[in-house]
Amino acid sequence: MTTSPLTGEEPPAIVIDGLNKWYGDYHALRNVELSVKRGERIVICGPSGSGKSTLIRCINALETHQEGAITVNGTQLSSNFKAIDEIRRDVGMVFQGFNLFPHLTILENCMLAPMRVRRQPLAEAEERARHFLARVRIPEQADKYPGQLSGGQQQRVAIARALCMSPSVMLFDEPTSALDAEMVKEVLDIMVDLAEEGMTMLCVTHEMGFARQVADRVIFMDAGQIVEMNTPAEFFGNPRHERTRTFLAQVLH
Amino acid sequence: MMPVEAFLRQDAEAVRPAPALVKRGWRKLLFGDVASSLLTVLISLCALWAVPRVLDWAVFDAVWRGNGQACFDAGACWAFLGAKWPLILFGIYPPDQQWRPIVVVLAFLAITLWSLPERNWTRATATGWLVVIVSSLLLMGGDTLGLQPVPTGDWGGLPITILLTVLSLTIGFPFGILLALGRRSEDRMMRWLSVGFIEIVRGLPLLTMLFIAAILLPLMLPDGVTFDNLSRALVALTFYSAAYLAEVIRGGLQSLPKGQEEAARALGLGRLATLRFIILPQAIHAVIPPLTNTVVVVVKNTSLVLVVGLFDLLSAGRSALTDPDWPSPYIETYILVGFVYFVICFGISRYSLWLEHKLSAGVQR
Repeated sequence: MTTSPLTGEEPPAIVIDGLNKWYGDYHALRNVELSVKRGERIVICGPSGSGKSTLIRCINALETHQEGAITVNGTQLSSNFKAIDEIRRDVGMVFQGFNLFPHLTILENCMLAPMRVRRQPLAEAEERARHFLARVRIPEQADKYPGQLSGGQQQRVAIARALCMSPSVMLFDEPTSALDAEMVKEVLDIMVDLAEEGMTMLCVTHEMGFARQVADRVIFMDAGQIVEMNTPAEFFGNPRHERTRTFLAQVLH
Repeated sequence: MMPVEAFLRQDAEAVRPAPALVKRGWRKLLFGDVASSLLTVLISLCALWAVPRVLDWAVFDAVWRGNGQACFDAGACWAFLGAKWPLILFGIYPPDQQWRPIVVVLAFLAITLWSLPERNWTRATATGWLVVIVSSLLLMGGDTLGLQPVPTGDWGGLPITILLTVLSLTIGFPFGILLALGRRSEDRMMRWLSVGFIEIVRGLPLLTMLFIAAILLPLMLPDGVTFDNLSRALVALTFYSAAYLAEVIRGGLQSLPKGQEEAARALGLGRLATLRFIILPQAIHAVIPPLTNTVVVVVKNTSLVLVVGLFDLLSAGRSALTDPDWPSPYIETYILVGFVYFVICFGISRYSLWLEHKLSAGVQR
């Protein structure tokens, strides 16, 4: 990415413009507008069914949208397979249900895509896989299968697996919602590390502590629209929309 | 106010080994209650009545060597099997050329045994299978190798059973995968074609398909274009295998959570790579038991090709019985033929159990 000679500003990592999506007759995303700067960390929250997961799943085309444009690092998402694959290579995703490949070892989970998609040689792919497994603090589990790991460990592998593709953007879709309370922190710690290293992140999460700690902006969505967007301090300290206030009152007991 | 029961642990409870399992003794098993005692007595009586008769027939009164005369008014005529085994196993293949089907059977046996352990699941082994299949066909036919030509109509017995099974499964399997994917495709045309093929083939008895292939197909083809009976039977069996395998594989595809494909695609893997490395290995692993079932059924269904004039193992055995010098020992012949089928099917079934166990090592959630 080059810096614009006119404004001296880096172009944004993600631009979402007039995004509309329907499931049948249900209007799931209503005219969503969002621009994410490089290195920006955004937390998206909202009640279930508000469209927050759908929104980030549109960014790497796991969901197709009917109207509007999504541009990632200058590449516009279209029905063109090449553009989709290019964006997916560059955008890592972590799912609520981990979605590790149960028939492959931890190491193989991390090496498959770099070898097949980035054409990395085996030795390099393995070295990088071990490096990222060490960064998520489970280097010793490399030769086990996903089923032998705890939920928190599996989610950390999922993060390492995404990082092995050297993404410039990471999407997190409720990464701690399926975890036992005791394991939430070990995953959040890794996400905080990533945030501090300057990764561009979009996190759908209910972990408000995480949002306060690392987010540059917090977005509140309801009924398929962005209702409020602000810095964490303003968002939590001075929520302006009525709907945001009732939501926060319920989440922050 | 109600008193609150408070508690604070001082010492940890001891961790103790589980009490030993009490194994039920034989006496308990056989005579534990009235019903099992009754059943034990009943079965023992049946055995007391039957076993001596079977032994008399199979061992004491049996004819082990000699010619057809000795077998009249005697017990089991094992001598018949000794004299006729080449005909039973290899059909009417020219007797002086029978080393060829023997080599073919041994080659398939060797490549099968070689392929069993996991360390031999390599590309070289797959090539080996291809070599064995092609050279078996050439060796059986003979003319390309400068041997005495033997038309497929004279091939028979075990090589026919093996060739039809192996070919219909190896061609039918990829075909079945395509049909399973087609049936789940978003493309309406693909879906209809796959559903149509699968439902038509599954709706027809295999016998009907063999008749169609043998009688109707030549009528539909232009003059001068002919297939031998073996190829026609192979087409019918392959369609059959493909349709049934497709439904089994579809079950496997459906058993996978959607997140598997999503995770693979989100990593940038393309459709084909996702299918090859993520979807199919898991889908096929999930359906090993019904897959084995289909394979075993296909092995045994090859015996139906006798209706189109081919001599598979079963019909070759029957044709051996027509010799007037011998007293048609049906039971003995069927015991031999049944034994060969049993060894093949039981072997497949045991191997699939081992495979299931081996592939699940560590994978269980």
